[in-house]
Amino acid sequence: MITAALVGNPNCGKTTVFNKLTGAVQKTGNWPGVTVERKQGFLRGAPKDDILVVDLPGIYSLSPYSPDEVVSRDFLIGDSESRPDVAICIIDASNLERGLYLLTQVADLRIPMVVVLNMMDVAEKIGMRVKADALSEILGCPVVETVGTKGQGTSAIGEAVQSAYEERTVPRTISYGNAIDDCIERLIPIIKETVRDDLLRWVSLKIIEGDSMVMAELDESTAASARSVVEELEQQVSDDGMQIIATARYKAGEAIRDGCVEHTESVDESERISERIDRILLNKYLAWPIFALVMFTVYLVSVQTVGLAISDYINDELVVWVQDHAAEAMDSAGVDTVVADMMLTGVIGGVGAVIGFIPLIALLFAFLVFLEECGYMVRVAYMLDRVFTYFGLSGKAIIPAVIGIGCSVPAIMGTRVIEDESNRNVSIICTSFMPCSAKLPIITLIVGAFFGASALVITSLYLFGIVMILISGLFLKKFRGFIGRPSPFVMELPVYHMPTVRNVMFGVKEKSWSFIKNAGTIILLSAVLIWALSSFTFTGEYLGDSATTDSILSAIGKALCWIFVPLGFGGSETWELTVASFTGIAAKENLLATLAVLLDSAVGIDGLPTMEVLTEYLSVTAYPEAVAMSFLIFNLICAPCIASIAAIYRELHSHRKLLLALLYQCATAYGVAGIFYQGYVLLHGEVGLGVLWLILFIAVPVYVILSKRPFGFITGGKEEVQE
Amino acid sequence: MQLGELKLGESAVVVNVGGEGQLRKRFLDLGITKGTRVTMARIAPFGDPVEIQLRGYRLTLRKSEASIVEIEPAEDSE
Repeated sequence: MITAALVGNPNCGKTTVFNKLTGAVQKTGNWPGVTVERKQGFLRGAPKDDILVVDLPGIYSLSPYSPDEVVSRDFLIGDSESRPDVAICIIDASNLERGLYLLTQVADLRIPMVVVLNMMDVAEKIGMRVKADALSEILGCPVVETVGTKGQGTSAIGEAVQSAYEERTVPRTISYGNAIDDCIERLIPIIKETVRDDLLRWVSLKIIEGDSMVMAELDESTAASARSVVEELEQQVSDDGMQIIATARYKAGEAIRDGCVEHTESVDESERISERIDRILLNKYLAWPIFALVMFTVYLVSVQTVGLAISDYINDELVVWVQDHAAEAMDSAGVDTVVADMMLTGVIGGVGAVIGFIPLIALLFAFLVFLEECGYMVRVAYMLDRVFTYFGLSGKAIIPAVIGIGCSVPAIMGTRVIEDESNRNVSIICTSFMPCSAKLPIITLIVGAFFGASALVITSLYLFGIVMILISGLFLKKFRGFIGRPSPFVMELPVYHMPTVRNVMFGVKEKSWSFIKNAGTIILLSAVLIWALSSFTFTGEYLGDSATTDSILSAIGKALCWIFVPLGFGGSETWELTVASFTGIAAKENLLATLAVLLDSAVGIDGLPTMEVLTEYLSVTAYPEAVAMSFLIFNLICAPCIASIAAIYRELHSHRKLLLALLYQCATAYGVAGIFYQGYVLLHGEVGLGVLWLILFIAVPVYVILSKRPFGFITGGKEEVQE
Repeated sequence: MQLGELKLGESAVVVNVGGEGQLRKRFLDLGITKGTRVTMARIAPFGDPVEIQLRGYRLTLRKSEASIVEIEPAEDSE
């Protein structure tokens, strides 16, 4: 078996080529850093041996500073027994110099190499013809031309890999000029004893560069003598090693480019279509209104009008129809009433409440995938950066936040595009503040019941998520471990391109699937469990259609609901909301499924928790709309679902940090929902003990944010963590 | 002169990349090396970050970050 590693710059089309090679359906996207983990698959139609293709995250060099670059570097260096057999170096032909800069580094690793010149079509459009045979001649290894998006040329890669493997076509040694080449010659004898033979040249260059990871592996005396050789070079060239090597590598790349590029009629760079689009979308005055309009349109179409109409139809017509027919069928078949009730209320009611939202969610996903794929999302990060830096965050934090509108799990993993660790930690903890697709049904329901399904209110909730992330940036910065500067905003704005229908459909399918899967598993189980707990007493007596007031669940809810008194929904008459909040931890869709089961008997109306049911249910409270909103806010911000908690743990790598993250999320949710409810009550002229809560909820975060002195995690204590 | 001071549409040549550590290395890796021609291509709606054209592609960076790159005005204008 041949192991082939796919290496290349970010956004050079690696994943597209990988998908074409293996027939896999990995996520692609039009922004740098889509692939954050190693992915592998067998090459389809391999000419002879099995070829295992490993897709590595995009990198600019092998001096890793960010986690995804470490993944690539470690894999390529490997250890003496396991190294990839062949490196497939993918170069964006329209961005040749930067690709060649990385190629020189991979070439120094002395692995047989295949070069793939991707995006040949784009290169031709900007007036460049890259001659593959000339490049192959210069490098001494096979070169394949491809247009990954159209699948052109990718079939030749398999054969090139096979021949590179058999003939061990290690690229020719690349010269970096006499001064550097001499220095390498002098370094090799010094490190020969401690470094693997195949890495001698690469390690020598890394020593000149002053690479901390390489230097740390040398023993003291070797490092010292190597250092003195490098100092001589530095004096000779009167520059420092890092800059010497980078400049020399780019020079070498330019020389290779000059040997293989033919300039055809040059198209004026500034007249490219992308540039024209950017002149409007990134215009000083139009950029913001356009962004607001785009987001508003997305919610108007997917949530308020089209999506809601389809979902309503499913909820009001289809599910009720299924319920009616199932009831009839079970009645005539003589099914036991307990079982029939479980099926109707628990299974069909609970799962149906969630399933009904699939069209709405799929539509929302289609828009988001389109915005991501076409290249607009990165530009939003670029636009927002100025605002985010004010809060100590990078504009890049918007990318996980927007992915989080779909699902928090990929969003939390997507935080890896943020280099700075403290910045990344803030994003990991706060990304779930964005209302994910599972929270959307409950938003739609509550906003529908109390705020006339206003698209403005719904859009505001997403803005609210972003605001909470920004405030958290200021807040968390006051704690040790989160203190840091905004991550650098050094990135590429990819060229706009029209996403293919297939890519959008794939994105929609992938994202909706987890939603459907949840409905079939965890929500089904929870719905049945909640039905059972609400239908039986502690003594095991079946309550049937009668009120759930004596049930096990109501006892638990009533015992715990006092927790939410300052938030307005802690009264024993709304204990159902407490239970729903707890079941939301398993999956946010549960909020609705739980209410579907519980409100059924609480209000005495059959069917799903429609807006009417909810309005009637909350009519017993003094301020129904405030109670509903407070409940909504709490559940948007508080600890996310189990899957997201697992993702947070994976990214934070620490139980203690995870615990603090969850504590922060719940405390923030509690505080913000409290501010809303108590503020609402106060504005309606009711001055009571609630004012004390309001003061506490506002004073604590303000105190922390204004504090000059950072807090320790342990010494911070309970007061400081609560917001 | 520093890279961040370049006016919209102006070109310059990189003289030295100062600073240290990760940011400096990243700039070098991205092709901001001695002798490279850079052009200020765009300034974000709020005045920061900026977009630099170099080596046939475009790079965004904050003005504060760009300040580690020393430039001198390009003599020729392509």
